Amino acid sequence: MKNYQDKVHRWGRIWMGSALVMLLGVPLYISAVLGVFPELTPLLQGWFITAIIFWPVTTIEVFTFSPMLGSAGTYLGFTTGNLTNLKVPSAMQAMDALKVDAGTEEADVISTIAIASSSIITTLILAFGAALMLPLTPLLEAEVLAPAFDNIVPALFGALGVVFISKAWKLAVAPIAVMLVIFLTVPGSSDLVGVMVPVGVIIALVVARILYKANKI
Amino acid sequence: MDFLHSSWLIGLAIFVVVFVLAQSMFFLVKAIQRAKVLKFQTSDIKRVMVSTMIFSIAPSVAILLGLLALSKVLGVIIPWIRLSVLGAVTYELPATINVVEGVFGQSIGQRITDPVLFVTVVWVMTLGVLPPMIIIPLFLKRIQGRVKNIRKKDQRWGEIFMNAMFLGMISAFLGYVIAPRTDAVTGESYVSLLAIFTLLTSAGLMAIIGVIITKFNKEWLKNYAVSFSMLGAMALAILYAMLGVR
Repeated sequence: MKNYQDKVHRWGRIWMGSALVMLLGVPLYISAVLGVFPELTPLLQGWFITAIIFWPVTTIEVFTFSPMLGSAGTYLGFTTGNLTNLKVPSAMQAMDALKVDAGTEEADVISTIAIASSSIITTLILAFGAALMLPLTPLLEAEVLAPAFDNIVPALFGALGVVFISKAWKLAVAPIAVMLVIFLTVPGSSDLVGVMVPVGVIIALVVARILYKANKI
Repeated sequence: MDFLHSSWLIGLAIFVVVFVLAQSMFFLVKAIQRAKVLKFQTSDIKRVMVSTMIFSIAPSVAILLGLLALSKVLGVIIPWIRLSVLGAVTYELPATINVVEGVFGQSIGQRITDPVLFVTVVWVMTLGVLPPMIIIPLFLKRIQGRVKNIRKKDQRWGEIFMNAMFLGMISAFLGYVIAPRTDAVTGESYVSLLAIFTLLTSAGLMAIIGVIITKFNKEWLKNYAVSFSMLGAMALAILYAMLGVR
């Protein structure tokens, strides 16, 4: 009899395979209905200047986030997207609230419940928002609300930072110091956060290993 | 007829949304069943669901703002589809700009009316996010196996390893908050004090809630601590902006 993890991988492959077909089916269907297919040269040009950044970033994201999200959470989170701003923080706060250690089956299950709940809410809000875009536009574009939504990342990571830094502050010092220096000194670094996440993770892992081997943590 | 909002495109979007909801429900039900086998209390499972849903509202509205921005170029339906499946505004917007401005030499400030340009944007958006859809089914089992092996060999190191991963990610976002930005109007580079104040406010609120949880034994509050801190900091960001902080 297959264990739970084997089943998750089977379900995940089926769902992700279906999502891939659907993902490719969207432009194919649109092209077929409109009777318009893109010309090869502009398509390749557009793909190249996009993929040269996003193919490596999304590839690295798989290796960076999948250990944090667990198996089912990865299949689901990567299908629904919005990982760094929503799915990963959702999983992190849920695991912390129930005091389960990431990398265990318990964490995998809690992470999946969090990511699924989050995906459902986001999908419904987007559907609601798309249907009511016209009347909602003045509210969404209200100048008074702009500072709140422009600063959702600091609002999110300030709280998460306290939770995780307080757990293991010695591990946090080096990656935070390096990231602050990089982001303050490298021009245009605010556009590089996707690239910097794996860099931060590698620095944190190297420092953690050194401290662990030296019995400092 | 405006093809950007035609009924067949709306039908396609509804199909995508139903697929995403079905997949989410499927994994939610399977995970709840497994959680019960692992002896989680039903009340804990419910708390995780409710707190995550509350937590997700504000970031989802921010994603909706991304949909609004993209809708000015692509109409509402395609951004709705793209942001529902493997989407993120941080990806969809640059992909659109790359094609509209970089390849076709047109302005991003107006709605697309040329079907050739439209289908090229949609194809590029799709082809630009394919790697995870291929890598995950092929390699995830192996990646997860390696992570489990780290833990099996040395449980203490396994815990430190996961903490370090989370902290690495958080450190990148803390750096991002203090990164100089460019003023859209003047082109001037500046460090956003508003972002830093919001970050510190959120951290401060989280610390206060942490004290309340410990001192007054309000364990239930733990499920909502991040949400309350985030929403509180967002609300205060409005106040800071009114006071002239930028």
